[in-house]
Amino acid sequence: MKNILKKIAATGLAAVTAIGIIGAGTALASEDADTLYRSVDEIIESGTINIGVFSDKSPFGYVDEYGEYQGYDVYFAQRIGEDLGVEINYVSTEAANRIEYLQTGKVDIILANFTVTPERAEEVDFALPYMNVALGVVSHDDNVITDLSQVEEGQQIIVISGTTAETYLVKNNPEIQLQKFDTYAAAKSAFENGTGVAWANDNTEVIAFAIENEGYTVGIDSLGSADTIAPAVTKGNDSLLSWLNDEIVSLGEENFFHADYEATLADTYGLDYEDTLVVEGGVIAAAEEAE
Amino acid sequence: MTSLGLDVLFKGINMQRLLAGLWVSLRISLIAIAISIFLGLVVGWLMTRKNIVIKAITRVYLEIVRIMPQMVLLFIVFFGTTRLFGWNIDAEVSSVIVFSFWGVAEMSDLVRSSLISIPKHQYESAYALGMSEVQTYLSVIIPQTFRRLVPLAINLITRMIKTTSLVMMIGVVEVLKVGQQIIEANRKSSPNAAFGVYLTVFILYFIVCWPISMFSKKLEKKWS
Repeated sequence: MKNILKKIAATGLAAVTAIGIIGAGTALASEDADTLYRSVDEIIESGTINIGVFSDKSPFGYVDEYGEYQGYDVYFAQRIGEDLGVEINYVSTEAANRIEYLQTGKVDIILANFTVTPERAEEVDFALPYMNVALGVVSHDDNVITDLSQVEEGQQIIVISGTTAETYLVKNNPEIQLQKFDTYAAAKSAFENGTGVAWANDNTEVIAFAIENEGYTVGIDSLGSADTIAPAVTKGNDSLLSWLNDEIVSLGEENFFHADYEATLADTYGLDYEDTLVVEGGVIAAAEEAE
Repeated sequence: MTSLGLDVLFKGINMQRLLAGLWVSLRISLIAIAISIFLGLVVGWLMTRKNIVIKAITRVYLEIVRIMPQMVLLFIVFFGTTRLFGWNIDAEVSSVIVFSFWGVAEMSDLVRSSLISIPKHQYESAYALGMSEVQTYLSVIIPQTFRRLVPLAINLITRMIKTTSLVMMIGVVEVLKVGQQIIEANRKSSPNAAFGVYLTVFILYFIVCWPISMFSKKLEKKWS
């Protein structure tokens, strides 16, 4: 009995210590963050900028067969390095640790297909956007859905569970029946077998699908609230933020992001969607005009 | 060949990149293993002492390691120390720290259990023969402990090597991450690449871990 009590006490103590460590970590998180980032001058002086990119999200940020970083985000990162006159140190980030990297100042900029959301904007500072993301709907060539009202009674739209497409349709078009799948592969084969009239997903995904597979058309390429993708810096790093904003505006004058699209994304998405996806000079409006 | 998705391995320097990634995994795990074995022996021996303070400290330490996922430890050491103290510990060094922290705890527990599994009469017989405590340990207890320890330690070592795949979460590009990079970069041109690349990664891990278990078998045979 005494032994068991001892054990329980020891385990309890260990748990409390562990929770204490984690607790202290989170408690001190926000107040120390402002001293961790580097201003533009400090970056230039050090001669190297740390940029967090994806290393396995083709065609936005990936590593080619020679070990070089490539992609839409990387093309922009390259230019940032050139214009600051510094070397670039690419840091391979994951979706789950992007904010952490900025808050600890371990990278100066995150350029990892980072979608702007109000929740994230409380944690990091977003610069002007350089890309659009929205939902898209792809359908079979013989029955192209260009408007959701075309979906008849008894017809179903395919979605992947947990995606923004599912959330959006459940909320805004509750009358439409959904067929939900857990994985991309399952949704794909169901759609190819014609169990649904259309498939709703991120527009980049459906566009890529329609281009890679014969017999499908993206009837709706921009549905719902269009989100944007933007570079992010550590919260409070105003000098770097304003430098980035100026950079994005001035790059707009030379149509830089269109050139970026043509160099990196055109292979996957084709030239038809250039104006739907690209945001030039930080000005969002392209999505509506392209319709 | 193409249908297995092995072709991507021969594109550019992909194979070299995988091997370089494997070396990163090995570098981290081997350093951590060396530290774990050395400190594990010391701490494990301390755990068998009757001192209540040492017992309490090692107990808390062991429980922390047991309940904390290695991923959380990696985040605490890599990101947490920057937030708390402003230290900027290199990602690979952070990995070695975490894996050693984990390895020492488990190793010392193995050493402790091996030590206490030696029956008391072994000590008493040695003392009765006039051996000092040091002599008793060196020629009676430690050789027997080792025999029990080796298979357990090998299990831990191979687990540590395989768990290094977690370090990608703090930006270290090791073999599995390189594999994912190769698969994703060829998503369009070779949709089957996942099979070939993961198969290769499997074989690489096997090539590393298999000789270790063979070596342990050989030792066990030699000692039995």
